[in-house]
Amino acid sequence: MINALGVPQRLLLLGATSDIAQAVARRYAADQPLAVVLAARPGPRRSEAAAALAALGCPVEEVDFEATDTAAHAEVVRTAAAGGDIDVALVAFGVLPDAEEAWNDVGTAVAAAQVNYVGAVSVGVALAAQLRRQGHGVVVALSSVAGERPRRSNFVYGSTKAGFDAFYTGLGEALREHGGRVLVVRPGFVRSKMTTGMEAAPLSVTPEEVAEAVVNGVANGKEQLWVPGPMRAVMSGLRHVPRPVFRRLPI
Amino acid sequence: MSAPSTAGRPLAGWGRTAPTVALVATVSAADDVVRAVASAPERGILARGLGRSYGDAAQNAGGLVLDMTRLDRIHAIDAEARLVDVDAGVSLDVLMRALLPLRLWVPVLPGTSQVTIGGAVAADVHGKNHHVAGSFGNHVRSLDLATADGAVRTLAPDDPATSALFWATVGGMGLTGIVLRVTLAVQPVETSYFVVDTERAANLDELMERLVEGDHRYPYSVAWFDALTTGHRLGRAVLTRGRSATRDDLEALAPELRRTALALRRPSRGTVPRGMPPRLLNRLTARAFNELWFRVSPAAARRDVQDVTQFFHPLDVVQDWNRLYGPRGLCQYQFAVPDGAEEQFRRCVRVIAESGHVSALNVLKRFGPRNPAPLSFPTAGWTLAVDIPVSAGLDGLLRRLDAMVLDAGGRVYLAKDSRLPATTLAAMYPRLDEFRQCRAEVDPTGRFASDLSRRLAL
Ligand SMILES: Cc1cc2nc3c(=O)[nH]c(=O)nc-3n(C[C@H](O)[C@H](O)[C@H](O)COP(=O)(O)OP(=O)(O)OC[C@H]3O[C@@H](n4cnc5c(N)ncnc54)[C@H](O)[C@@H]3O)c2cc1C
Ligand SMILES: NC(=O)c1ccc[n+]([C@@H]2O[C@H](COP(=O)([O-])OP(=O)(O)OC[C@H]3O[C@@H](n4cnc5c(N)ncnc54)[C@H](OP(=O)(O)O)[C@@H]3O)[C@@H](O)[C@H]2O)c1
Repeated sequence: MINALGVPQRLLLLGATSDIAQAVARRYAADQPLAVVLAARPGPRRSEAAAALAALGCPVEEVDFEATDTAAHAEVVRTAAAGGDIDVALVAFGVLPDAEEAWNDVGTAVAAAQVNYVGAVSVGVALAAQLRRQGHGVVVALSSVAGERPRRSNFVYGSTKAGFDAFYTGLGEALREHGGRVLVVRPGFVRSKMTTGMEAAPLSVTPEEVAEAVVNGVANGKEQLWVPGPMRAVMSGLRHVPRPVFRRLPI
Repeated sequence: MSAPSTAGRPLAGWGRTAPTVALVATVSAADDVVRAVASAPERGILARGLGRSYGDAAQNAGGLVLDMTRLDRIHAIDAEARLVDVDAGVSLDVLMRALLPLRLWVPVLPGTSQVTIGGAVAADVHGKNHHVAGSFGNHVRSLDLATADGAVRTLAPDDPATSALFWATVGGMGLTGIVLRVTLAVQPVETSYFVVDTERAANLDELMERLVEGDHRYPYSVAWFDALTTGHRLGRAVLTRGRSATRDDLEALAPELRRTALALRRPSRGTVPRGMPPRLLNRLTARAFNELWFRVSPAAARRDVQDVTQFFHPLDVVQDWNRLYGPRGLCQYQFAVPDGAEEQFRRCVRVIAESGHVSALNVLKRFGPRNPAPLSFPTAGWTLAVDIPVSAGLDGLLRRLDAMVLDAGGRVYLAKDSRLPATTLAAMYPRLDEFRQCRAEVDPTGRFASDLSRRLAL
């Protein structure tokens, strides 16, 4: 159960090897150890993540999870919930394809859509069933500012996140009366393994900063947040910039 | 029985933190309860009284919750034997009103009378008279419990065949079954008034000294203390101690009340509206409140006659005052430490006062000996309760207090708790395993469950 101060007892990470997911788990564990279910593709990255959390005193479970294998998602969630209610589930998997390749190559575009959107919708439906069953719980969905207004430089990824964002925003509304909550998180540029080698955009943040915002957002009952906070105003402004101007912005 | 709502309803405790959704059915007869237990869903079933526990004790996320407040008959009052036979959904307020004309009195009254008999048993509630009267369970002569096997069992503390389950049910937070009906021993009174001595203590040491030195002279004793002032005035307090007024007392002290000697007045000063602005209660207003409370109390000891509301339930005058604490709700932290742990107790008070967190309603009192219930909270020694609005940093403060309380051999009160880690709870209640075993015997498949039981692995 999540307690009165917003502290969960059991955390499910979908895409558990994500740098942001790891930072969130570490941030919770720093206050007091909690049970963590690592749902991710098997491999050294998952094993290392499990060992790191176990070293912090967390009981850890590993579950195989492939975002494109949608038929298996309900079972993944059931397995994760077998050991206790899922208090917080973090939807953290995602791919950031090369932007030019993505709009020129069918395979790349479809793969991104399948992981970032189709996989996320499938997981969301499975999580919703579990939250309704338990009558409580929070889904934290890692969206992106890239989904708020598509840009020439990154619109395939942006479109997957736009769909993702709309789905999880709606899911939050649908789950309200059943006791479930959804927190949609829209980071800007995060310096994680997803963005290694890329030049950091303005207002870039670390996975730890995203984690801090997530933990506070869950405790405060937030439904959406931007990281860093000022990104909200920036995006709100950008939404209203006329298209000819927007086109020429160096973003 | 009303058919359980199919949509589910959000339920929270008095602190308004961590609401969860459950199906709720209102029961009005014992048969309704037995039927509901038999058809308990996968996530289990739980009784709920008036929802005055602060945390998640009366919630069962995803399961079924029985609203017991319509199971509310007073079956019999035997004035001669001083015994009452009442349904579990009767509130102490209603019972008190029924008893007074017969010159009888509820033996244990918590700080609000808006609690049910079932809730009073399940939390084994205590009142200002714990040091002489013990807790609620001490006054229960027998109770009917609907258990997981579909049976209704009559349990009594002096019956060797049922006493173990009886005591597990007292303080058992609704997890052994559903209390249907209770036979309670009540006390004689002559009037509905109290002779109350009010005095100030300049600091914590003086307060504790006076409580140790004088409590035996009063059946009722409690102190409100200032939890914001630090330094040499740390723990300055107002003590109110008293006893039930006799007719002679009224004659001597308040002759104008003689004609209404058994009346029960409860003025209502209105309701706090929904959606109060966040943090109306902040450090500034709380400081003003603390200062005022201390100032309006007489510097020199004063004796006067007070009615039930003034003496027992000043908060019941304002409905829904818990909304004053803003959208994140409030956390009540009540702990007890044994005699001999005075030094640790003082340190806890200092940590709270110096924390920067605001608590306005701070109660300190001495407890008498404990009863045989494995999860009953009161133990001989000291208890303290603070009400703190939820804000950043509170988790750290309370975990620090947990460690100090544990170190002093103390414990936290489950009826107030909403955030304790399971391992800490287990360390605080050394007889938890005994309770778990009793529960495993009477409810092997875990039909009875609550958010509290899930959070604390009870
Ligand atoms: C302002 C205020 C002051 C208070 N002061 C005190 C005090 O001085 N001393 C003290 O001890 N407590 C105090 N309390 C706490 C309160 O007395 C307890 O939490 C009590 O249990 C509340 O009763 P309820 O009917 O509201 O029960 P709920 O809060 O609805 O339920 C509490 C527990 O009782 C169980 N329960 C309820 N009915 C039944 C039943 N029929 N069968 C089995 N289990 C049942 C529930 O499952 C739950 O676990 C105070 C609370 C408030 C709000
Ligand atoms: N970094 C940013 O700037 C940024 C900004 C806004 C939003 N986000 C979003 O935040 C989330 C976390 O990103 P991050 O920065 O932590 O990046 P990350 O470290 O690269 O994490 C992404 C994770 O997704 C997993 N994944 C990819 N494809 C998968 C598949 N088919 N099945 C299962 N798992 C798969 C990867 O797991 P493997 O270990 O198995 O490869 C990887 O660990 C993503 O949704 C991302 O879109 C990131």
